[in-house]
Amino acid sequence: MSTLSQRTIDAIRSNESQLLASWSVNLEASGASRDTRIGHSEFEGQTREFLRLLVAGSATGDTGSVASNEWSETRAFLEKLSRSRALQGFDSAHTAHFIFSLKRPLFDLLQKEYATDPAELANQLWAISEMLDTLGMHTIRTFQKSREEVIARQQEELLELSTPVVKLWDGVLALPMIGTLDSQRTQVVMESLLQRIVDTGSEIAIIDITGVPTVDTLVAQHLLKTVTAIRLMGADAIISGVRPQIAQTIVHLGLDLQGIVTKANLADALALALKRSGYQVGKAS
Amino acid sequence: MRPERTGSQPVRSEQDVVLARQVARKLAVECGLRLVDQTKLVTAASELARNTVIYGGGGDMDWEVVEEGSRKGLRLVFRDEGPGIADVKLAMTDGWTSGNGLGLGLTGTRRLVDEFSLESAPGVGTRVTICKWN
Ligand SMILES: Nc1ncnc2c1ncn2[C@@H]1O[C@H](COP(=O)(O)OP(=O)(O)OP(=O)(O)O)[C@@H](O)[C@H]1O
Ligand SMILES: [Mg+2]
Repeated sequence: MSTLSQRTIDAIRSNESQLLASWSVNLEASGASRDTRIGHSEFEGQTREFLRLLVAGSATGDTGSVASNEWSETRAFLEKLSRSRALQGFDSAHTAHFIFSLKRPLFDLLQKEYATDPAELANQLWAISEMLDTLGMHTIRTFQKSREEVIARQQEELLELSTPVVKLWDGVLALPMIGTLDSQRTQVVMESLLQRIVDTGSEIAIIDITGVPTVDTLVAQHLLKTVTAIRLMGADAIISGVRPQIAQTIVHLGLDLQGIVTKANLADALALALKRSGYQVGKAS
Repeated sequence: MRPERTGSQPVRSEQDVVLARQVARKLAVECGLRLVDQTKLVTAASELARNTVIYGGGGDMDWEVVEEGSRKGLRLVFRDEGPGIADVKLAMTDGWTSGNGLGLGLTGTRRLVDEFSLESAPGVGTRVTICKWN
């Protein structure tokens, strides 16, 4: 347990502008404040605000436990900072550096303040160091969490992006499936396909599995369920992209795809769909 | 027959099933399996890996590149220390499932590979070995 003495806090208060100046010199030296992603005035505002919160927090709080109430405002500030840095694409080192680069100016200040009292100097240096370290760690943790949120969101977006439902013709939808058909994704795929069938009033849906490397019993089960659901809605389903090696594997597995129309490729499936819809496709002579 | 190369792979999660498939495919290519046989082996690995996760509560896949004369093959062992299979004959029946599957994983796998053996004891675990030659 250590706290900053009143004398230290007063010293920080009365030397605020000086501290801010040398802090921003330090930040600039590292290139952190020159980055165009953050405006100069925004940066200045952030340093000023952080120093203010630091003084306010350390006037009452224990420097070793940022989890306590006295630090809640500081924590909120750092969390906001980390989050915005994460969104702007900075790395965690950059974000932590924002705090750690304040050490030098504060140490210099204390050295001057306690020039004649080495014992108290050591004491206060430790307190400040501990405080900045815990705040820095908190920033990194928050930053990490924000990054993970960003990644999770991107994965979800990818999940939806990789399963487009494409309108091939009036009344004909295609669903090119690509990659691993894990249960989570297949669910998303199935739902969006069924919804699009309703929205467009389509009569034929082509599920293309050219991009699916392995068709095992689980994938087959998903396909069968999807086809059944499509039929229940009064539409027809065609599965295309059944390559020779997949066809042989399906036979050996003992999967019963009877009653399901399958085609080797999407072109054949489209030709069949058009024919069924009453279209005739031929070369213009 | 001498083992050429061996390795092991955890099979604990849905993600591991994907990884097991990728490892199986890479090794199958190395063993010179034709595309059809690669696909069959990878599909078999997918079935067994998923059973290991779902029913076995997670386990491991040991792999071994084997050679016999001029022939090369890939042997995979899926083992877990789960509940085991009480009635192996029943489990090896087309269409029988204790869960929500199609009940084709084990029997289908046996048809997809050249060698298949299943050992299981209730309360001890399950061990399925498959092998495919080029
Ligand atoms: N590793 C295992 N541990 C315990 N029980 C197993 C294991 N593997 C298979 N079983 C049992 O054997 C049954 C048949 O397995 P199989 O893989 O053939 O079918 P499934 O997994 O139920 O369905 P599918 O594989 O077709 O999706 C399973 O339902 C399960 O009860
Ligand atoms: Mg199975």
